[in-house]
Amino acid sequence: MLEPLKPVSRGARIALGAAFFVVFFGAWALATFGGAIDAMFLKDPLYTLRTGVKLFREFGFIGDVGITVFRVLGGFVLAALVAVPLGIAMGAFKPVEAFFEPFVSFARYLPASAFIPLLILWAGVGETQKLLVIFIGSVFQVILMVALIVGSTRRELVEAAYTLGADAAGIVRRVMLPSAAPQIAETLRLVLGWAWTYVIVAELVGAESGIGHMIMDSQRLLDTGQMIFGIVCIGVIGLASDLLFKWANQRLWPWAF
Amino acid sequence: MGFLRIEAVSRVFPGVRGAAPTRALERTDLEVQDNDFICILGPSGCGKSTLLRIVAGLDRPSTGQVLLDGQAVERAGPDRGMVFQSYTLFPWLTVRENVLFGSRAKSEVADELIVRMGLRGFEHHYPRMLSGGMQQRTALARALANDPKILLLDEPFGALDNQTRALMQELLLGIWEADRKTVLFVTHDIDEAIFMANRVAVMSARPGRIKSEVRIDLQHPRHYTMKTSPQFSAYKARLTEEIRVEAMKAAAMVS
Repeated sequence: MLEPLKPVSRGARIALGAAFFVVFFGAWALATFGGAIDAMFLKDPLYTLRTGVKLFREFGFIGDVGITVFRVLGGFVLAALVAVPLGIAMGAFKPVEAFFEPFVSFARYLPASAFIPLLILWAGVGETQKLLVIFIGSVFQVILMVALIVGSTRRELVEAAYTLGADAAGIVRRVMLPSAAPQIAETLRLVLGWAWTYVIVAELVGAESGIGHMIMDSQRLLDTGQMIFGIVCIGVIGLASDLLFKWANQRLWPWAF
Repeated sequence: MGFLRIEAVSRVFPGVRGAAPTRALERTDLEVQDNDFICILGPSGCGKSTLLRIVAGLDRPSTGQVLLDGQAVERAGPDRGMVFQSYTLFPWLTVRENVLFGSRAKSEVADELIVRMGLRGFEHHYPRMLSGGMQQRTALARALANDPKILLLDEPFGALDNQTRALMQELLLGIWEADRKTVLFVTHDIDEAIFMANRVAVMSARPGRIKSEVRIDLQHPRHYTMKTSPQFSAYKARLTEEIRVEAMKAAAMVS
């Protein structure tokens, strides 16, 4: 029945993917309604849903969602604006790579969350600090991945372009960039996911708004329903942005899919 | 005075991590006249691709120089068009966009070549939608559309099946007979070399050098039925003998 690498039909794929959500929520409902887990630790799905509706209706949660999305996208776009051009330069030109690569490899391991106290000192508790946390968390990763992608452009394609009269700038612009573009977009899609982790960490400390701040507030009230709703919210937004990104990539680079 | 002159060209690849350097190519001299069709025939690993890459300017010789039309070759350029054995079409460009990639390609010439290569109707297809033979025809059109002084072919049909390969040979020969472009063609296939070339340069096993040159006096236009003629067989017998010795040397070196 299970054969390695045998493709699955589109309908079956969607059904199987949805089925796991059913299993997940079913197990949750079973554990909470059945009384196996104390409601203090984990609220049941229905309660969580009702809390969520209340959050949107009475506490203006949509504003928190909005500000968090803004922070994620803002930090992510800033990181991409710096990292993509630098990564391309590093991938294409070995001296540039030799200059930046050791430092970036080192900086990649600096934990973004550990910078939060420093960033609060430097930039206050405003939006700049939140954007910077996401920026630091993503920029070095993107630089290295883009450099790797651009650097692994098929050598034969570069050579073919040379024999067709392309110069160095032409090689970068007409061969390396288009060749790397779909993979760079995939990398950005991946990193956008990480940006969501950083934003919540940034909002747990010194924030007045956002999904992370709401989760922190709920902890004080011991409202696990609200906390879980906040977490699920992030999951839903993440999944939606991921699908959107995937869809856009397939439209932008039809030759690659 | 040849149109393309390869003068005392050799290539030694430096050893990696203390290993002995590899002599890929012994001192080699070769002259190619304008409008000529030369095949370089040799066993695998004999350095024939290295020689072609040096002519293309994709690799530098350790000694000697290559002169094209009296000018020393320093780097790759549009005056030396190349078709590779591996598929090198740009996957993000359509067939027509690929053919127009070259710095000197003009759209009328490109469209005409697309028709001659039997690619009409596929202009807007991406390379991955094409068969191997069609991809190599597009690569050939792309090289020709740039109007090079000389066409360098590095086993361009090596990855194709026999039938497609035979058709591609006829197609290329037809184009040469019509346009008389100077061609330098690298292959390890004896039949291919005899069928296509005016002159076959046989290379020795590694380190390679040109050990003999054979004129092929088959008249043009050539037809595939010639491949079974007694004259063709005589050439084949002679070249088989020459190449067999080298292939045996090459095989002995590996084992």
